[in-house]
Amino acid sequence: MIDISMIISGSAGQGIQTVGYILAKTASKAGYNVFSWQEYESRIRGGSNSYRIRISDYPINAPFVKADILLSLDKKSNEKYLPLLKEDGIILDEHQTGKRIINVPFVGIAQQTFRNKLFANVVAVGALGAVIGIDPDSLNKVISSQFSRKGEEIVSKNIAAAAEGYRTARKSCEGICSWILPKIEQQYYLISGNEALALGAAAAGCRFMAAYPMTPSTGIITYLSKHKDRLKIFTEQAEDEIAAINMAIGASYAGVRSMTASSGGGFALMVEGISLAGMTETPVVIVLGQRPGPATGLPTRTEQGDLLFAINAGHGEFPKLVFAPSDPKDAFHKIARAFNLAEKYQIPAVILTDQHLADSYFTVDNFELDNIVNKSYLADPDTIENYRRYQLDHTGISPALYPGQSQHLVCCDSDEHDEYGHITEDLELRKRMVEKRLKKFELLRHEIMLPEEYQISGAEDVFISWGSSKNAVFEAVDKLRENKTKVGAIHFTELMPLPEYEFLPEKNYYTVESNATGQLGKLLRIEYSINVKNHITCYNGLPLDQEYIIERFLHG
Amino acid sequence: MVKLEDYSSNIENQWCPGCSNFGILTAMKHALLALDKNPEEICLVSGIGQAAKLPHYLKCNFFNGLHGRALPIAVSINIVNPELTTIVVTGDGDCYGEGGNHFLHTIRRNPDITLIVHNNQIYGLTKGQASPTTDLWDKTRLQFEGVELEPLLPLATALLHGCSFIARGYAGDIKHLSELFLEAIRFKGFSYVDVIQPCISYGTHTASWYKERMYKLPPDYDFNNKGEALVKTTEWGEKIPIGILYRNDKQRRLFGDHFKETTFNGKLTELGFPPHKTIIEMMEEFR
Repeated sequence: MIDISMIISGSAGQGIQTVGYILAKTASKAGYNVFSWQEYESRIRGGSNSYRIRISDYPINAPFVKADILLSLDKKSNEKYLPLLKEDGIILDEHQTGKRIINVPFVGIAQQTFRNKLFANVVAVGALGAVIGIDPDSLNKVISSQFSRKGEEIVSKNIAAAAEGYRTARKSCEGICSWILPKIEQQYYLISGNEALALGAAAAGCRFMAAYPMTPSTGIITYLSKHKDRLKIFTEQAEDEIAAINMAIGASYAGVRSMTASSGGGFALMVEGISLAGMTETPVVIVLGQRPGPATGLPTRTEQGDLLFAINAGHGEFPKLVFAPSDPKDAFHKIARAFNLAEKYQIPAVILTDQHLADSYFTVDNFELDNIVNKSYLADPDTIENYRRYQLDHTGISPALYPGQSQHLVCCDSDEHDEYGHITEDLELRKRMVEKRLKKFELLRHEIMLPEEYQISGAEDVFISWGSSKNAVFEAVDKLRENKTKVGAIHFTELMPLPEYEFLPEKNYYTVESNATGQLGKLLRIEYSINVKNHITCYNGLPLDQEYIIERFLHG
Repeated sequence: MVKLEDYSSNIENQWCPGCSNFGILTAMKHALLALDKNPEEICLVSGIGQAAKLPHYLKCNFFNGLHGRALPIAVSINIVNPELTTIVVTGDGDCYGEGGNHFLHTIRRNPDITLIVHNNQIYGLTKGQASPTTDLWDKTRLQFEGVELEPLLPLATALLHGCSFIARGYAGDIKHLSELFLEAIRFKGFSYVDVIQPCISYGTHTASWYKERMYKLPPDYDFNNKGEALVKTTEWGEKIPIGILYRNDKQRRLFGDHFKETTFNGKLTELGFPPHKTIIEMMEEFR
């Protein structure tokens, strides 16, 4: 079984992202399961960052912190990440020599052979390729497509640089590098959470997105803007997040599916808009890519600290959908489902991701596009005589039309309103309108998916997790079960409304969350009246991984 | 042909009896009538405040949203359905205070919508606090010793940021005002009319204070001249000009023109769901 973890480290601006991406892409194209994630400082130059890649010949999609290989482009990074190297791990280094150290003068080669130290990172790509035993031709293909827009000369220089790195590393590899990755007949997708969300939104017929740039959510509008002509989506960089959500609501009122995206601080600015969508019963999808708060927090790192904030976002009482996909394939489907449910129930829908899901590259075997069921829930104007946008009936779902669609007037008000959408102070009517809106929530509850159970039968201790940590948690379960520990897991991806679900009282429940206060535990206590024995929390800005979970479970 | 009664709404009006807002409402109906716009072809967008209630009193489509946020709503309605006549009805607090950022950036975008600001230089609905246009040292029910902030010059601000149609009207001169509205709605691009609307309950100035100072721009005033317009848009106090202060007849590109040329020319609502083929092609790029 192949399971290689590596750390590519250096300072911002040295191009470790390029190294990581080329290598991850090459391994993926060779038919391997690849998971890659990054942790970096909020700066453009300097500091010390890492790009982590895990390559396996079976599905994983979760980080593994302890590395088999450490490549550092500078001394500071080597010192920082050395503690994460396994005891029998291998170092690739510019200067150092020694046992289990492969000396590749990245900068030296770049300067000597190419008279440009910018090629150092591609020399590193080649060196790493040699260490993990990847076919150089596959590597060259990816390098070509990566640099093709810079012209023929740059492409061939980069291929030559990689070849030099490969050759140099290969010489020292003998006897210490046992890996070999021959091409397997398997074709996976390598995709980030943000890209999958953008694709899922497009697949669901989203035609409008407005957003204000904020890490880690910016990738969604970037992708849609880049491909606007093919996808026929109007995108706009709004002046602030308040404008962004209001634009999305305006577009939806005008008759198209629309969305916005932000992170904690920007989402905070959108909260009044979410309440507006609730009151005017305007469908809208909002992606909240979480990062550690409060306030500006750690802008480039990960956390699941906004669960209860998302659940409670918006003043007043109104129905809302909150989904937290576990990986890009799930994100693709969840956002499409959110668009359809938001339109059906005329409500705002929040998709909770985090920096870990948004930026990491996951392996997807098949997107199962056919499972996306798009349906328009707009009413037929010809069957309506006396149109009332907020007509009261037993479901709470009134007929939705858009302005200009027919002779019917579509009137929406953020004030409490009558059936026609006109402002009212009729307090009896107010009561009925509140009940109408809340009725939709009860109907919606029946459409919510149950949490995913994993190794639950016979388990005495059960992890409960949500969102992007699924694969790490399930991997921890597998590992613990190898040692006869009776553990299982329950993973939630649809968090508001919560489905009807039975927790068995004899089991010990532990929530596993990337936050400090165990927010899912609090939510479950309110919704299901269950007692959570303990919270396994992580709030240092890094994603959960199996080792951390196991350590905290066994030793507190 | 549309009739004036077609715009009549049977909703109880919540404005103070005798409020000058009624004049604005009448002027707007007359402008729409002159344009022969059916109620379903019109979409009014408003925020919060007394002015923002106007859509309830004129029969048409409307979205009465949040305080200060009418402009971003109107911008996207215009993008999705450029055939609708989209008009924002707002006040000085709503547009220049709470929504000031959107005012600036909507001017930069130049969407084909009309902005009408009921400017009474005071917060009426919250009972008499200073607005961004209250004059220096005017006393209010919150600024007891007078306002110590310089008033905003919204018309000059609009001019400096490239707004192509800038007018000021008076709520008490319905005929003149409806002509301004007519010109503004007809104008291709972002058109903006600031309306002097004396507040009879909390205003720091009486209607006669305004009347003594207001004058109509003479027929020989060249509203295409930006330099002249800068003088007129900053003129306030002793003399207050009304009429079209600036108009740029060399049409600026509209917000959405680029999208129409490069991506899709039509109503976005016509697009429906994307073909699977497109999504599959995009997916394959990740292999």
